Amino acid sequence: MSQFNEMYQGTSVRSPYARLENWVAAMPQELRSLKQAEAEALFRRIGITFAVYGEGGDPDRLIPFDMFPRVFAAAEWARLEKGIKQRARALNAFLVDVYGRGEIIRAGRIPARLVYENEAYEKAVAGFVPPKGVYSHIVGIDIVRTGPDEFFVLEDNCRTPSGVSYMLESREIMMRMFPELFRENRIEPVDGYSEMLRRTLASVAPKKCKGDPVVVILTPGHFNSAYYEHSLLADLMGVELVEGQDLFVDGEYVWMRTTEGPRRVDVIYRRIDDAYLDPLCFRPDSMLGIPGLMDVYRSGGVSICSAPGAGVADDKAVYTYVPEMVRFYLGEEPILNNVPTWQCGKSDDLKHVLANLPELVVKEVHGSGGYGMLVGPKSSRDEVERFRAKIVEDPGNYIAQPTLALSNVPTFVEEGVAPRHVDLRPYCLVGERIELVPGGLTRVALKEGSLVVNSSQGGGVKDTWVLAE
Amino acid sequence: MLSRTADNLYWIARYMERADTVARLLEVGSRISLIPSVHGYRSEWDSLLQATGIADAFAKKYGDPVQRNIESFLFFDRDNPSSVASCITAARENGRIVRTALTTQVWDALNTAFQELKALERQPRSELELSRLTEWVMRHAAMVRGAIDATLLRNDGYNFLNIGYYLERGDNTARLMDVKYYVLLPRVDFVGSGLDNYQWTTLLRAMGAQRAFHWAYGGEVTAAKIADFLILNPQAPRSLTTCVAGLANHLGRLAKSYGRETEALAKARELFAGIEATTTDGIFEEGLHEYLTRFIAEVATLAHAIHASYLSGEMR
Repeated sequence: MSQFNEMYQGTSVRSPYARLENWVAAMPQELRSLKQAEAEALFRRIGITFAVYGEGGDPDRLIPFDMFPRVFAAAEWARLEKGIKQRARALNAFLVDVYGRGEIIRAGRIPARLVYENEAYEKAVAGFVPPKGVYSHIVGIDIVRTGPDEFFVLEDNCRTPSGVSYMLESREIMMRMFPELFRENRIEPVDGYSEMLRRTLASVAPKKCKGDPVVVILTPGHFNSAYYEHSLLADLMGVELVEGQDLFVDGEYVWMRTTEGPRRVDVIYRRIDDAYLDPLCFRPDSMLGIPGLMDVYRSGGVSICSAPGAGVADDKAVYTYVPEMVRFYLGEEPILNNVPTWQCGKSDDLKHVLANLPELVVKEVHGSGGYGMLVGPKSSRDEVERFRAKIVEDPGNYIAQPTLALSNVPTFVEEGVAPRHVDLRPYCLVGERIELVPGGLTRVALKEGSLVVNSSQGGGVKDTWVLAE
Repeated sequence: MLSRTADNLYWIARYMERADTVARLLEVGSRISLIPSVHGYRSEWDSLLQATGIADAFAKKYGDPVQRNIESFLFFDRDNPSSVASCITAARENGRIVRTALTTQVWDALNTAFQELKALERQPRSELELSRLTEWVMRHAAMVRGAIDATLLRNDGYNFLNIGYYLERGDNTARLMDVKYYVLLPRVDFVGSGLDNYQWTTLLRAMGAQRAFHWAYGGEVTAAKIADFLILNPQAPRSLTTCVAGLANHLGRLAKSYGRETEALAKARELFAGIEATTTDGIFEEGLHEYLTRFIAEVATLAHAIHASYLSGEMR
């Protein structure tokens, strides 16, 4: 399988990376180690760490940071940006539709069962249109590249995509350590993200809110692996970071407990799952959540971002139909392609998948974080056979994709610099406007040949540059 | 600010102050242990355990008070919620929760203490001298305190931090004095003896106030002078008066900025008025131990009032 190297085309350097060749060449091994240690110390000092679910161990573990940046030319980015915005618009149109009249289903473009019988479909919000018709306010779209102009969407994240703090902090650290790089290259800034996010959230304030909306971020708490990110965003936006216990419902509104008494809350950027929002509505057994929140939400007393029910759009089985959504709602051809996907729930697809298992990537429909997946070419015969049994037992729970030749970017490794596979997660903000900052999170599979970039599975991060024209 | 945030800030301060006190106690303990012990007394180390209120927990885990075990228990032991390691970890954890209410410098000070603590924990104990450990704690406590004073906005969060500091400090001073009078010295006929003076001096040392005391009073060390210094003297940074005045001041500032007087403020003012009207003669007439016991109980009542007025989120 030929792999696209984003920096080298044969022996020549692609133009976005032109100025990086000398930079690397001029950096002796000792300086590199010094800088790497400095970067790690900076990350640790600001407290940006990542706890891996189910692994126990050090909750203060760092995600490895690779200093070699990933670079996009202005024209490359312009096309990506258009494709990302298009997709975010279509996903939101789909959500409003399936909680409303269900036109796309009536038109026979997507099977009803896939939507209405989906675990992520929230019957509790059927018929409700959130402010500005937005369900998913922060759309994280995972994109891989296989050639100069070939980009594929791996999956959509419409609920609460995380990782944006790494985009922001990676940039901060690179600017501190290598100011000369930023003088030599004209790199678009990403630090407008927090203001853009605040504006987006404020723009979807509920009907009953008069004046400046009070925005809060709702976190599961400091034991959550993304807690650092929650607190960073709250800090940058100048809003309160609340837990469920800090909020309560009284009358038609949601309030937070403050030292000066109750204060009304208009917009909740929640970083918790639907199931934990309101025990009265979703999980009577839950001690978490704010009883009565959903009643206030449905009567326009508070906005919740992303809106409850948004998850039905990023389900891996629904994913197959996103290009169809673009055509149906926007009347456009999709700019970004999907990875061809077989649904094991369909018998023809299943047959193909089982016959070609060693060459495929198989994922759980509802899984995330790189868990419960099979990377055929990287697995032993035993692992493949064990996975085969799991698929046969519950085919509807799995989808399969060809193993893509993910692009490479030079990466600092033990022996020097070597190509490693990367992906990209940009963060598209949807409110009154649709916006995104020029950049995103580049994840890199640090193990040689590995295609799994998830931080929970040995992945690292890189600063992502978009060059100005 | 969120009530929970205020609560976290308050506990950052309490834990850091407590870590500082425990370190001072350890230093005093090791100092006493260098002096030939006196027959018929409980070990001096034992009295230190009494001081921190954890003698029972220690006995259960280690039995006899052996210096090395006591050092472990007071410094490193996570089973002991008042150990230096527990306090610094808890302070940093509270800090992490309210990261947004702190400046980078304050967070940095808390986090650096925690990271260095983890490094200390990995080092073989035989390489760690006690004096180095206690100095380390005092240095980091001072760094956190300094970062707060130098960089934090003088807003409600600053007041909650200070309320935590003064409350913990007042309580600790009272307990330390009480130990001196009740545990270190069970027999009345020793009052005023050479031994008595030595122990008082040790107490002053624990509070880092030996020099200050001599500057302020001079001459012989007497129980009356020390009680005056540690209870009534507004110049002494750890005296009960200073702590109560600090509490009343910061609760007053909160009441002013929120435009609302609370039960907590009323209680602090009452406590301050009481201490202002007190004399050393009055204290010894009541009995030092009785006086301190009453003070500790009143501070606990005040802590409850602060919780009810601000930290619980239930307005009162």
